[in-house]
Amino acid sequence: MRSFRFAGLLLLAVGVCAQAQSPTYGLGRAPTAEEVAAWDIAISPDGKELPAGSGTVAEGEELYVQKTCFVCHGLNGTGATAPRLIKRDVGEVDDPWDYGRVLPIRSPYATTVWDYINRGMPLGMEGTLTPDEVYSIVAYLLFLNDVIEEDMVLDQDSLPNIEMPNRNNFARVPDWFPGQPRLEGYPY
Amino acid sequence: MSSRQSDRREFLKRGAALAGGLGLAAAKPASAQLPDPEGMIVGTDDLVAYGKRSRFEDSKRIPHGGRHSPDAFGLDFHIAAPLQESVGVITPSSLHYVGTTRGSYVPDIDPAKHRLMIHGLVDRELVFTMEELRRFPSVTRLHFIECAGNRSRSSHTTVQETHGMTSCAEWTGVLLSTLLEEAGVQDGGEWIVAEGVEEVKGASTIPVNKAMDDCILCYGMNGEAVRPQQGYPLRLLVPGFEGIFNVKWLRRIKVVDQYYMTYNDYGHLTQDPATAALGYQIGPKSVITFPSGSQRLPEPGFYEISGLAWSGGGKVARVEISTDGGRSWQDADIRGEPQPMAHTRFSMNWTWDGNECELQSRCTDELGQVQPSRAQVAAFWNQPPDQPVRVKGQDNSIQPWRIDSDGNVHNAII
Ligand code: HEC
Repeated sequence: MRSFRFAGLLLLAVGVCAQAQSPTYGLGRAPTAEEVAAWDIAISPDGKELPAGSGTVAEGEELYVQKTCFVCHGLNGTGATAPRLIKRDVGEVDDPWDYGRVLPIRSPYATTVWDYINRGMPLGMEGTLTPDEVYSIVAYLLFLNDVIEEDMVLDQDSLPNIEMPNRNNFARVPDWFPGQPRLEGYPY
Repeated sequence: MSSRQSDRREFLKRGAALAGGLGLAAAKPASAQLPDPEGMIVGTDDLVAYGKRSRFEDSKRIPHGGRHSPDAFGLDFHIAAPLQESVGVITPSSLHYVGTTRGSYVPDIDPAKHRLMIHGLVDRELVFTMEELRRFPSVTRLHFIECAGNRSRSSHTTVQETHGMTSCAEWTGVLLSTLLEEAGVQDGGEWIVAEGVEEVKGASTIPVNKAMDDCILCYGMNGEAVRPQQGYPLRLLVPGFEGIFNVKWLRRIKVVDQYYMTYNDYGHLTQDPATAALGYQIGPKSVITFPSGSQRLPEPGFYEISGLAWSGGGKVARVEISTDGGRSWQDADIRGEPQPMAHTRFSMNWTWDGNECELQSRCTDELGQVQPSRAQVAAFWNQPPDQPVRVKGQDNSIQPWRIDSDGNVHNAII
């Protein structure tokens, strides 16, 4: 009996050790905090990676021209060589999905709009916008699409809380496990 | 023939003539076993250092989907592989399809300066040089990649247009699970965000279950370094998942607690849960590459029907071929040992009697999923019969090829 209990304790101890795994190969080094901050650009829906800063619709309207967005996307986001940034002119719709595949109206989270403009625009000059400028441009585009009021100030607190029209209108991807078929009940 | 080669031949001939016809190069070989000097490829330093194919071979990639590539900005967009000329299962690296999330420049990365960072919900944040990554235990596996836009349309004439946005290569690298174990994934680390270094820094959210299962951080492709268009010096391979997950020019893996809804994720998702699921892990799929659209059978007689089958669900278990438009089916021969999530070559001996007929192939994978006809898809989703069939998610429907009595092969998708 006693030896059993002892074996149990030993197993427990081994289990704890196995959990707090140490590296096997010892290759690589720890990044510095600055290195992580410089690359940590993907913004989650809760916005925890958003940098400090703020912006307004009025500033965004000016920046949209100043930063050449209009050259490719048209004045007021109506589209040119690059896709339109304002919802399709379909009037009132029951399903906001019908506004079309236009990021600042279709996206379920404003964080995705901020993230994409920050990482990928303006095309050819990516990475040149400051956080304040991105907040402003996002504010302008969301205002153009009737998502926010003209006087709203966007920052790391207010932006993730914006209720985008499609917030609950995106399908989730299924949980995934090895050996799982594509879709339960679908034979193909 | 390059002008350099012909110059050299001229020089050889003249040299031989000067030598009073004693030069071997000018003399007609006495025995027909020696090739005519005109028929030789003259060695150059280039050819010694890195060989190239015969000038008689012109199999090549084409821009896919009507958008020119490179475009006016010099951006690469989608480029399709010439499956109609493919043999075996490996797509040569030079012919491997290319997909980009949007038009993208191909970054010119010095591997000595490239770094991979793993951070987020881990016990130890880590940065690796390429040299360090190559010191880890490695794996070498065959895997296909396929773009979500690989969809046959009636306007497509060749298999390159209908199916060329998939390719298969032998990939070498470190299992992502090896590095994630090295970093120590913390409780709550349910997803990873994988991100590239190109100008748009394409990023995808991937379930940690998949990351720990079989994803590979690849530095090798078909026996050499991964090509720049495929993500040199490092690309993520997510076997069996749609192309967009296979992040190129990879510089960062962040372990996170939620689905991040990156721009790539957003563009990929829909409202319909079934479509979302069917646009994730690729289904069982196959296509006959010979005879295929725009090819021509010169005469009735013997032919080997040949094609490729694959599935995101694992190994190909069975391929069947119909030569009568799907009324009857025969098992095809599977060449070699099917590998999980890899193109598998199948074939069948066949004698064409010269009558109009329709060829189809159908793949079943090891999970028992069966490649559907478009009619089966329409019936499953109760789609109105008078409208064009919409295949939800990744299109894995059966590809019909009609052979006319003159031997011309046509896409028979309606
Ligand atoms: C040189 C041309 C060019 C400039 C300048 C430019 N863009 Fe773009 N933008 C594009 C292209 C092209 C795309 C589409 C990319 C693709 O094919 O997926 C795009 C996409 C976008 C999208 C995503 C659209 C969607 O619905 O998917 C947003 C948002 C955007 N741009 C915002 C901006 C902003 C803001 C600026 C100015 C700071 C800007 N762009 C400047 C060319 C440009």
